[in-house]
Formats: sequence, structure tokens, C-alpha cells
Amino acid sequence: MPVDATDRRLLAAIEDGLPLVPQPYAAVARRLGLDEADVLARLRRLRAGGIISRFGLVVRHHELGYRANAMAVWNVPDAQVDDMGRRLAAYDFVTLCYRRPRRLPNWPFNLFCMVHGCDRDTVCEQIARLNAEQTLASLPHEVLFSRRRFKQRGARYFMKTDVPARGVA
Amino acid sequence: MDQVEHRLLNDYQRDFPLEPRPYARIADELGLCEDEVLARLADLQARGTLSRIGAVVRPNTVGASTLAAMAVPAERLEVVAALVSAQPEVNHNYEREHAFNLWFVVAAADQTAVQATLESIAAETGLPVLDLPLQTAYHIDLGFDLQCP
Repeated sequence: MPVDATDRRLLAAIEDGLPLVPQPYAAVARRLGLDEADVLARLRRLRAGGIISRFGLVVRHHELGYRANAMAVWNVPDAQVDDMGRRLAAYDFVTLCYRRPRRLPNWPFNLFCMVHGCDRDTVCEQIARLNAEQTLASLPHEVLFSRRRFKQRGARYFMKTDVPARGVA
Repeated sequence: MDQVEHRLLNDYQRDFPLEPRPYARIADELGLCEDEVLARLADLQARGTLSRIGAVVRPNTVGASTLAAMAVPAERLEVVAALVSAQPEVNHNYEREHAFNLWFVVAAADQTAVQATLESIAAETGLPVLDLPLQTAYHIDLGFDLQCP
């Protein structure tokens, strides 16, 4: 679906989050010189069209008790990777599942899954289950647990110069 | 975490009300007043549990992004990680248990800007940067169920 320049300005304006005021969409609309109904209609359209994959609270998983965060990677033959990706995505404990390019010789893996869990043992068992049930164990694979989080925030795709500063009443 | 916080955090990750007074709608659903909802959300944000309320954009629809990895010698990791985090285009930046021990996401308006950031990090650190852009998404970010003890 098409995304026009105003849609982009709107997405840029809310990248740092919807303001915590009674009429947040009206506040965003004022900053952009739009009206509230237009902002709401655009967000509904972007949501319905799948440009916005979800709209709502973005939480920090670590603070919610998800202390074990593993990236599991496999080297799956190209002809099978789409099928396998769809199979792995169906597990409820797989939070993200993506195909990415190999970078040989040092990085031979092309299928990536994120598994976030409450503790490391549980996550290891879940990945073992993927390997066993999907006969992945014979393929080259690795598990990369996260250790330190240096930075975590939302993506900023837009140049802030396009949007007036917020905080002006 | 009390029951109100649990419901706020768990129930509004995907379909936050798109209507003029969303916090009043949530208040109605949770049996609170609008100002209490606003205060609770502000508190969750101040404590770091809530990052923001907003849109998660499907990858490769607006803007460009990539996942990048570096193998950083242990004694340089903190300095290199700080340099990477200081780039405005970097949003997530994690240490992972692997020879490739630094993993970060770069997002910008277009592919040229993403590449420029990767090149600048490689040049400043003298270390190669793996560029691992998303080719196919089999499962995208749908939020988190609150289930840890």
C-alpha cells in the first residue's frame, strides 16, 4: 500500500512515543498542522495495511522478567529455508524469525530465531525442541545468548528536521 | 507488579485504541479514571518497563535497517560498544556470547544512510562489520506476553 509524505511525517512524529496527555492524537496533529481525525484515519490505514505491524505499548522484555535472550542461528539449504522459517515461526516461544544472508567464510548462518525466556535453562530446552522436532540438529547451528545490553530503544527511520520539536504547548 | 500494571502492559501491546481519548477508553476497560491510567503509564515509563506507546513499523516498508555484528577483542569491547551506541542510527546494541560478540541494529531513512553508518563504525574502529539485512520475515514483532514470575 502507498505511504505518502504526510504518513512519513506522522510516523516520524510518533517515533519517540505517543504523548501521555488525554488527547494524544490531537497533540500530534497540532505539531504537524493536521487535524485529529486525519491523524487517526492515517494510523488506522497504516495499521490495516500492515505498514504498522502493531500499535501499542512497547515494553522492555528484560524489565518484565525475560532475562534469557537467545539468538539461535542455523545454516539451512536455500531450497528449504522458507519452509523451515515458517515452521519455526509457528512455535509460540519464537518471538522473531528471519532469513538473512550468509557472510562467508566467517558467518555461514542464514536462518535466525529470537527466543526470549524467563531463564536460560528453559530457553535451552526450547531450542533443543526446535532442533529435535524439526530435525535441525544435523545442520550447522549456534546459540548466542545476550550478555550485556548497551542500548535499547525504538528505531528512528526519519530525520528529525522534518518534524517540529515537541514539548511546545 | 499489581494487576492493573499487568493488564496495562499485557493487554495493550497490539491494539491500543485509535480514538480521540485512548486513555479514557483504557480507563473504562480497567475500571480506573483517565488520570490514573496516565499516571500509571508515566510511572512505568519512568521505571523503564515501558519504552513508549507507538507504532512498530514492519521492516523494509518505510526506511531501511539492518542487523550488524562485529568480533571485538575483549579488551576493546566497552569502548567499541560505546562508540556504536553513540551513533544516532543505532537502536539495539547487545553483547552476545560468541566470537561475534557485538550485535546491533541500524535504522535510517534509506539504505545509503544505513551503509554510511556501518562504514563509519568500521572506519573508526578498524574492525570489519558484518551486514546482515533482513531478507524474509517469517514472524514479526507481535509483543510479549507477561508470563515470567
